[in-house]
Amino acid sequence: MTSLFTNLFDGVAYGMLLFVLACGLAVTLGLMNFVNLAHGAFAMAGGYVCAVLVNQQGWPFFAGLPLAFVASALIGVVLERLLYRHLYSRSHLDQVLFSIGLVFMSVAAVDYVMGSSRVFIKIPAALEGQIDFFGVGIGRYRLMIIVICGLLTAGLQLVLARTRFGSRLRAAVDDPRAASGLGINVPQVFALTFAFGCGLAGLGGALSAEVLGLDPYFPLKFMIYFLIVVTVGGSSSITGPFLASLLLGIADVAGKYYVPKLGPFVIYTIMIVILIWRPNGLFGRVNTR
Amino acid sequence: MTAQAEVGYHARQHGRWHWSEAACWILALACALMFPSRYLIMTEVVRLALFALSLDLILGYAGIVSLGHAAFFGVGAYSAGLMALHGLVTEPVGALVLSGLVAMALGFVTSFLVIRGADLTRLMVTLGIALLLEALAERFSDITGGTDGLQGIEIEPILGLFGFDMFGKVGFFYSLAVLFVLFLLARRIVHSPFGLSLRAIRNNPLRAAAIGIPVNRRLIAVYTLAAFYAGVAGALFTQTTALASLDVFAFERSADLMLVLVIGGTGYLYGGLIGAVVFRMLQEVFSTLTPQYWQFWIGLVLVVIVMVGRQRLHRWVLWAPNLIIRQFGGRKAVVAVPESEAP
Repeated sequence: MTSLFTNLFDGVAYGMLLFVLACGLAVTLGLMNFVNLAHGAFAMAGGYVCAVLVNQQGWPFFAGLPLAFVASALIGVVLERLLYRHLYSRSHLDQVLFSIGLVFMSVAAVDYVMGSSRVFIKIPAALEGQIDFFGVGIGRYRLMIIVICGLLTAGLQLVLARTRFGSRLRAAVDDPRAASGLGINVPQVFALTFAFGCGLAGLGGALSAEVLGLDPYFPLKFMIYFLIVVTVGGSSSITGPFLASLLLGIADVAGKYYVPKLGPFVIYTIMIVILIWRPNGLFGRVNTR
Repeated sequence: MTAQAEVGYHARQHGRWHWSEAACWILALACALMFPSRYLIMTEVVRLALFALSLDLILGYAGIVSLGHAAFFGVGAYSAGLMALHGLVTEPVGALVLSGLVAMALGFVTSFLVIRGADLTRLMVTLGIALLLEALAERFSDITGGTDGLQGIEIEPILGLFGFDMFGKVGFFYSLAVLFVLFLLARRIVHSPFGLSLRAIRNNPLRAAAIGIPVNRRLIAVYTLAAFYAGVAGALFTQTTALASLDVFAFERSADLMLVLVIGGTGYLYGGLIGAVVFRMLQEVFSTLTPQYWQFWIGLVLVVIVMVGRQRLHRWVLWAPNLIIRQFGGRKAVVAVPESEAP
């Protein structure tokens, strides 16, 4: 019984982490309709920036996290201005090819600079170990992940729903032409959103080094997970991807614990079944853009 | 001439053999005689060309973007390997066809999943199927050998006459023959009314449906056919290397395949062939430059191709040959890559 709760807890932490990693993709892929397979590369960049700062420069872990965000966001905004924005109107095939190219480049470049072995980030001693909560073992690090990601999610929802920027973004996504006619600087909104999504991925990458493992093949290994979150979650709001990542996290942890022999089989089957059942995702809107 | 007769006339004209096509195949044969020490690498090119031909059928002609074409390659590879290992079908040609048929069956079943949904769902479903098969192959390691792959495969002589040799000579001619036969078949298919209807679907599915083309049935048919081709390519892989391991399902294989096709150009049959040659040469150059990091350069090539634009790139490449042809033949541009605006 307690193992059930511990698994549930781990699954929720994992799902929250996946959401932070993938919610940038939910905007580019789900809302802007740009197939960006290279999203994991930004997460990896954030993870490695944090690893270098904490392990080699001796920065405290909690100072490394914001810098991971900033570094990935900067890389994101530069790439968006230089490369991505030319491809918004191209065919999906072009977008797929381009982003696969970016993934290959990032994998090889990180392999060259940092080596191919797995990297660990030194976490503060206060975050190690477990807390015993009514007999349920709760990992402190995972608890921190839930807290950080929960706050981020609530913040995101508020920004999207309540602020002027949020309404500009929703307008720009719904109808870019009408939005620019109303004086909204659509390319700027997209660039900022893209950068912010990349920054979140970078933060997620830094957080996930402890849980998912960080090596140069990170973008390839987790590409499918990010895509599942977005396609299964649909693109109507961030609630869909959020629920989808929780579902995915819990299903993956439970699958690995209770039926370890089946491995990732469970996840892929669920994904294919859901996509057959509802091609626009579980929480998608009816008309696709 | 009535309009219908005119359409038929032009379609037949397109379907005719051009002298440059014959030259291309003679060149391929000449390569075999010119570089007897490079059989292994040339076999690889031929296999890749066949695999690319398979993707071209669905991507270039029917406009289905697939990220998991390696699934069929892998199924073909493992079926050929298992058949040889357990002595079910020992004769390579028979095993080749059977492996193709196994992949074809899988293609038929999964095609129903693929035709549902738009581009993005297709990408995910094809990718998911390839990953699923990889996970299955890893899981049932008592059948597939798990991460070690199938070991101790011995391939009998082809038709009981030609045994595979160390230098890959027989393997190369065998692969080339298979490629040629399947190429002829593909050529016949894409120039048939069926092939023309596929192109109509690619350009505009809605319009194609409006003029009475059964869109879904055509897509299922071509997806199944492409799965057969990919399965045969996979079986060739196992038979010429006596090896089948988990990486036949790898995502990189599907991604590289897309690059091959994009280099060569989608939507015409020689695209895969040319792409395979160029890709292998690029790979060779990059791995001599930086042995461990050649993927970086492959990625860079992809990014550059997309940024420059595929059509513009093909125009640049064809500029010189077309100039020469125009000088001597006095005709309009003879070599052109017929690529639609939205594959």
